[in-house]
Amino acid sequence: MKRLIESVGIPRLLVGLFLLILFALAGFQRLPVKMLISSALVRIGMNGVLVLAMLPSIRAGLGLNFGLPLGVITGIVGMLVSLELRLNGLVGFFFALLVGILLSLPAGYLYGLLLNRVKGEEMMVGTYTGFSVVAGMCMFWLLAPFNNPEMIWVVGGRGLRVTIPISHRFGGVLDNLGKFSVGGIEVPVGLLAFFAFLCLVVYLFSFTRTGMAMKAAGMNPAFARASGVNVEKMRILGATQSTVLGAIGIIVYAQSLGFVQLYLAPLMMAFPAVAAVLLGGAGTSRATVFNAIAGVTLFQTLLTISLPVTQSVIGGDISEVAKLIISNGMILYALTRKEA
Amino acid sequence: MKSWRKIQEPLRISPIPLVFGILCLFGVAVSGKSLSFLLQEVVTRLARNSILVLSLLVPISAGLGLNFSMVLGAMAGQTGIIVMTHLKVPGMLGLLGAFIVSLPIAIVLGFVAGNIMNRAKGREMIAGMMLGFFMNGVYQLVFLFMVGTVIPMKNPDLMLPQGFGLRNTVELKYMKYALDNLLTVSLSGLVIPVATFALIGLLCLGLNRLYKTKLGQDFRAVGQDMHVASVAGIDVNKTRLSAVVIATVLASLGQLVFLQNIGTLNTYNSHEQVATFAIASLLLGGATVTRATVGQALAGTLLFHLLFIVSPYAGQSLMGSPQVGEYFRVFVAYGIIAGALVVHAWEAHRRVLSAAKRGLLDGETSRTR
Repeated sequence: MKRLIESVGIPRLLVGLFLLILFALAGFQRLPVKMLISSALVRIGMNGVLVLAMLPSIRAGLGLNFGLPLGVITGIVGMLVSLELRLNGLVGFFFALLVGILLSLPAGYLYGLLLNRVKGEEMMVGTYTGFSVVAGMCMFWLLAPFNNPEMIWVVGGRGLRVTIPISHRFGGVLDNLGKFSVGGIEVPVGLLAFFAFLCLVVYLFSFTRTGMAMKAAGMNPAFARASGVNVEKMRILGATQSTVLGAIGIIVYAQSLGFVQLYLAPLMMAFPAVAAVLLGGAGTSRATVFNAIAGVTLFQTLLTISLPVTQSVIGGDISEVAKLIISNGMILYALTRKEA
Repeated sequence: MKSWRKIQEPLRISPIPLVFGILCLFGVAVSGKSLSFLLQEVVTRLARNSILVLSLLVPISAGLGLNFSMVLGAMAGQTGIIVMTHLKVPGMLGLLGAFIVSLPIAIVLGFVAGNIMNRAKGREMIAGMMLGFFMNGVYQLVFLFMVGTVIPMKNPDLMLPQGFGLRNTVELKYMKYALDNLLTVSLSGLVIPVATFALIGLLCLGLNRLYKTKLGQDFRAVGQDMHVASVAGIDVNKTRLSAVVIATVLASLGQLVFLQNIGTLNTYNSHEQVATFAIASLLLGGATVTRATVGQALAGTLLFHLLFIVSPYAGQSLMGSPQVGEYFRVFVAYGIIAGALVVHAWEAHRRVLSAAKRGLLDGETSRTR
């Protein structure tokens, strides 16, 4: 019994129990549980890639990637270019991905160079680099040379809107791809398959020569260097991969949401992703694909189900507050724990 | 050669306030606002924000870096204000009462923060920041859901119509300007809140005095090198703890002074940006993660808020959009913190490298300290 608790971990046990109680309450209150599960599935796929983006960074020894907004911003620019060209459907989606990835490569490389110079303070520097980039890009959104009237303010004719609806362009293309329902539960096959594909890529990469070298560089830099691994290069690679996944992640997120959110919306985006991977059992220096999947499943299911349940039980929306407490508490717990 | 060094020396010590001073002057020039308007704004904001910035000094001297957990102090202060507004205690009495209510809360929260930072040595700043976010959640839980349900309270002025939870904005009609209007002097149209500045001055003197006491010396010793300090017989954890407690109490006082001047409490937002703005102010004054003085705190507050005032006007006249200026000042706040952190980490990294080159330390083991 004790070994079981240890292998599952106290945070997961607590959240799992909480989740069970919520489901029981939902059934007791006669809430549409099947619909809740359907929307939880969408949210898992929607946030999954952003959580997956934590892995390369943690593995390369850079710690939790609080600089995720950097990748998010490049992904947003990719979507804006796609929208400006008025592309629709899967073409629009993949074009946004292409531009986003092309932009995130140099951004991630530069981010890696920066992190190599601030060893030991990667998380703090990452956080504030992300914040500064988001704030700096706010000025860009106001002055950017986009002309599609769907995207810019009607009054004044300049400056991008705070939220840009994309449901008639490429919104929901993955969600609706091959969607079917089993016993009242809708399964967004395209979305989950896309997430699973990226998980597989990250998983397989860890078995390649470079993947092994990166892991070694993260686990024990001195040992890795002694065995001929270029630690600096691996760290840059980790930062770049993380940023690219961040760009892909926000595009997947936005197509599910049906909106592109600009200005200060990406500011806090790293924290739920960090919390999810930690909840899945990752630490600040080790993480597996399983951690990411388990984390995002637990975290997003919890958020999906806590809103209607608390609303029906106490008559107020406690889910935002629960999200704040759980996600930040999880990060705080990981930071104050002595790592083995 | 010697004269060149003389010119360069002050630049080397503090290029940041100089650069931002020039930027401010440029902003003032293009803003098209009268000097008397700007001066009044700067005086008001200096009185409003100085104590919050000064509260950051003690943790820096004790080697805890920039105290992102000062948000906890702000929350304690707000709790005091909410209680006194609920009890309808007017004026200075209300403000004093708010301080008395917030004091034990600030001490307890400072205790929690200090213990967490002792558990997260080497990453105090990120732990402090996450603690701030976490406690923000707890704060919302208390004032949005527990007030009126678990905590018995009835007051339609403060609370939401549903019967529990506080309103988003609370008018502080009982203690607005309580301290500012205690004693004001008008100098050819310029209104100076003398009592507030007296309190700030007292605090500055007190801080300088503190560094001369045994506790202040302990802060410095621990800040210099924890290991050496503990060998010298200083209880490192306890010293760090008291530094955080002092900072949290000062931050709660700072938030009280801030709010009595603003006059309205944004129940769920007033405290969120406190740490960012205060830390950015301090850094603009030329402080670093490891060294900060009272003078830098005051100069930085002045510069940051001058920049804050003129940015929208400058954005309007340069780019035709005040919003550009508004985002510019947010960018400056975040950017200056990012820059200071990079410089701090870079220098620590380089010190390790040069030490390793001299063969004093092994490069890898020393990195983790």
